[in-house]
Amino acid sequence: MNLYEYLGKDIFRKNGIPVPDGYLVEKKEDVRKYEKPVVVKSQILLGGRGKSGGIKFVKSEADLKPAVDSLLGSEVRGLKVTRLLVEEMIDIRKEMYVSFSLNRTERKPMLMATVEGGVEIESLPHDKIFLRLIDPLMGYSDYIAKEAVKFMQLEPAIAAQFRSLLAKLYEIFNKYDCELVEINPLVITGEGKLIAADAKVVMDSDSLFRHREFNVIDPEKTPLELEANGRGYSFVELQGDIGVIANGAGLTMATLDALTLHKGKPRNFLDLGGTDSVDIVIDAFDLVLKANPKTILVNIFGGVTKCDTVANGIVEAKKKYGIKQPIVVRLSGIHEEEGREILKKNGVDAFSDMMSAIETAVKREGGN
Amino acid sequence: MKNYVDENTKVIVQGITGHQGKFHSGEMLKFGTKVVAGVSPGKSSEKVNGVQIFDTVADTMHLNPTASMISVPAPYVKDAAFEAIDAGIELIYVLTEHVPFHDTMDILYEASRKGITLLGPNGPGITRPGKCKIGIMPNHIFKDGDVAVASRSGTLTYEIVGALTKAGFGQSTVIGLGGDPVVGLTFIDVLKVFNDDPNTRKIVLVGEIGGINEEMAADYIRKNVKKKVVAYIAGRSAPPGKRMGHAGAIIEKGSGTAESKIKAFNAAGVHVADFPADIPGLLG
Repeated sequence: MNLYEYLGKDIFRKNGIPVPDGYLVEKKEDVRKYEKPVVVKSQILLGGRGKSGGIKFVKSEADLKPAVDSLLGSEVRGLKVTRLLVEEMIDIRKEMYVSFSLNRTERKPMLMATVEGGVEIESLPHDKIFLRLIDPLMGYSDYIAKEAVKFMQLEPAIAAQFRSLLAKLYEIFNKYDCELVEINPLVITGEGKLIAADAKVVMDSDSLFRHREFNVIDPEKTPLELEANGRGYSFVELQGDIGVIANGAGLTMATLDALTLHKGKPRNFLDLGGTDSVDIVIDAFDLVLKANPKTILVNIFGGVTKCDTVANGIVEAKKKYGIKQPIVVRLSGIHEEEGREILKKNGVDAFSDMMSAIETAVKREGGN
Repeated sequence: MKNYVDENTKVIVQGITGHQGKFHSGEMLKFGTKVVAGVSPGKSSEKVNGVQIFDTVADTMHLNPTASMISVPAPYVKDAAFEAIDAGIELIYVLTEHVPFHDTMDILYEASRKGITLLGPNGPGITRPGKCKIGIMPNHIFKDGDVAVASRSGTLTYEIVGALTKAGFGQSTVIGLGGDPVVGLTFIDVLKVFNDDPNTRKIVLVGEIGGINEEMAADYIRKNVKKKVVAYIAGRSAPPGKRMGHAGAIIEKGSGTAESKIKAFNAAGVHVADFPADIPGLLG
C-alpha cells in the first residue's frame, strides 16, 4: 500500500528524519496565514507531479489562495486532487537520493543511495548508485553508512547527518513493514542541513493488521475492485467484455491468457479462492455482473472447491439475478459429472476441458 | 541433493484444529502420509482424525517428526515457524496466505541459519505419489511416474498435473513454491533436487509474472540441467502494476513480465507451452 507524501512525512517526523515544516489542506479554510514562501503540493500517488502542474511555488501572500484554489479539486495526471501539502520552501543546494527496498531476488533489504537525486533512479547509470544488500541476520549497522558516505564522497558535516538519517530510515523500513522507503530528493540546504523534501513509503498490505492507524483506501484501485476485495475476493478490472470467474490465482491468470490468445477480451480477474460454498459463487456473480460483461466464463478445477457446489451456485445466481448473458462453464475435478448434470438440467452448457470452454466463450462474445 | 520428503517423513500439523488443518490432515492421512501429531495450545486431550493433539511443538518431539505443516492465521505464522525451527523440525511448510513478507524474511533467515528448509508461504505443499503428501493438493489427480513439477501456484498446478496424469505421464515429485514475493524454496533449489533424483526424467516448471526467479532458473538450466524441461508462464495478458491474486504476481517498473520469462526459457532450450493443456504434448 502506497502512502501519500504527507503520511510518509508524518512517519519521518515521528522517527527523527528532518522534513520541511508544513500542513495539510483538505478545504480552503485550512489555509493558514502567509508568513514565508511555500510550496503547494498535490497529494496524489503518481510521480511527475511537478511537470504536470501539480506543484505550485508561492512567493507572496497574494499568490497563496489562488494557488490552493487552482489545485484543490483539480485533476492532475487523471487523478482528482483532494488534499494539498503546504510546505515551507527550502533553499536547495543539492539533491540526493536514498532508499531501502525489498530485493525480491535476493530476499533481502537493499540500500540505494546516490548524489544524483531529483530524477528517476532507473534513469541513472549503475555506477553512479551505491547499492548494498543488507544481511538480515546482522541487520543494518553504521559501517554500511560509512561505505555509502565514501562512495558518495560526502563532506564530513553532511556525512554525519547522512549516517544518522540512514539508521532511522532502516528502522522505519522494518517498523512499518515497508516494501519501499524512498527520499527523492534528499536535499542539502544552503545552510548545509539534510532534509527529506519528498517521502515515498510503500507498506506491505498484508501487514496492516499491526498498523491499524493506516486505514487508507488504496486510491490505485477502482470502486468495484475495492468492493470485491472487501468481500474477500482477489479482483482486477480489465477492459474487455467477458466476465471471468475461476479458482486459484494461477488458473485465473491462465484463463485470461487463454482468452486473450484466442482474441477474446476478458472483463475482469476474479479468484473464487478455495472455499466450498454456494454463497461465495453467488456473490462472485453479483460482482461480475456489476462490470456488465457480455458473456460470463466460469473455469473451475475442483479440489477443495467441489464442482457440484459451483454448479448449484451458478444455477441459483442465474435465478437470483435473472442473468441474460450467456454463461459458459468448465468443470473438472471433484464431483465434475454431478456438476455438469446440474447445469445441463438448468440449461447451462458445461465443458470438461478448458479449451472448449474458452473457444465457446470467445464465440459467444462475438455475438449470438 | 536428497528429496525433501519420502515414505518415512513424519509430519506434524500446527493449527490442526482449524478448518483447513482438520480437513487437510484427514486428506493427507488418506494419501498415506504419516501424520504423527497435531499442535493446538489448550487442546492436548483431544484428537483430530485420530491424530493426537499436543500443546506445543516441543511436546511432539518424542515422536520424531521431521516436517511441519503450518496452517495458522497470518499474524501467528512467524511464531509458529520459530517454534518449529527451535524444536528442530527439518522441513517447514507454511500453507497460510497473507503472511507479511518481513515475517517471511525473518523465518527464512532463522531457518537457513539452522539448515532448515522452508517451503512457502502461500503454496499448496509437496506431493510424491505413493510416498507422501504434505499440503492441500487434491489426492485424486496424481499417478506415480518420472515427471517432476514445480510451480508458483496451486490450482494451476492441479490443472497441469491432471493433464499429465490423463496423458499417461506420472509424477515423481510435485512441489508448489508459493505465490508470495518472498518464499523459501525457489525454482533453482528444487531444480538441483530434480536434477540429482534418479526417479525424475523430465521436469515441468510453472511460473508466473513477478520477480526474476524464472529467468534465474532458465540460466541455471542452461548451465546445469541435462534432463528435458518444459514450462508454462501465467500472466502474459496481465496489466502492469496490478497484483493478479498472488502478492508476488505483479509487473513492476517493467520487471517481471511473462515475455521476459518466456524469452529466457526459450534461450535455455526450454519449450514454453501457450496453454496448460499443451504441456503433455511438449514432454512427449
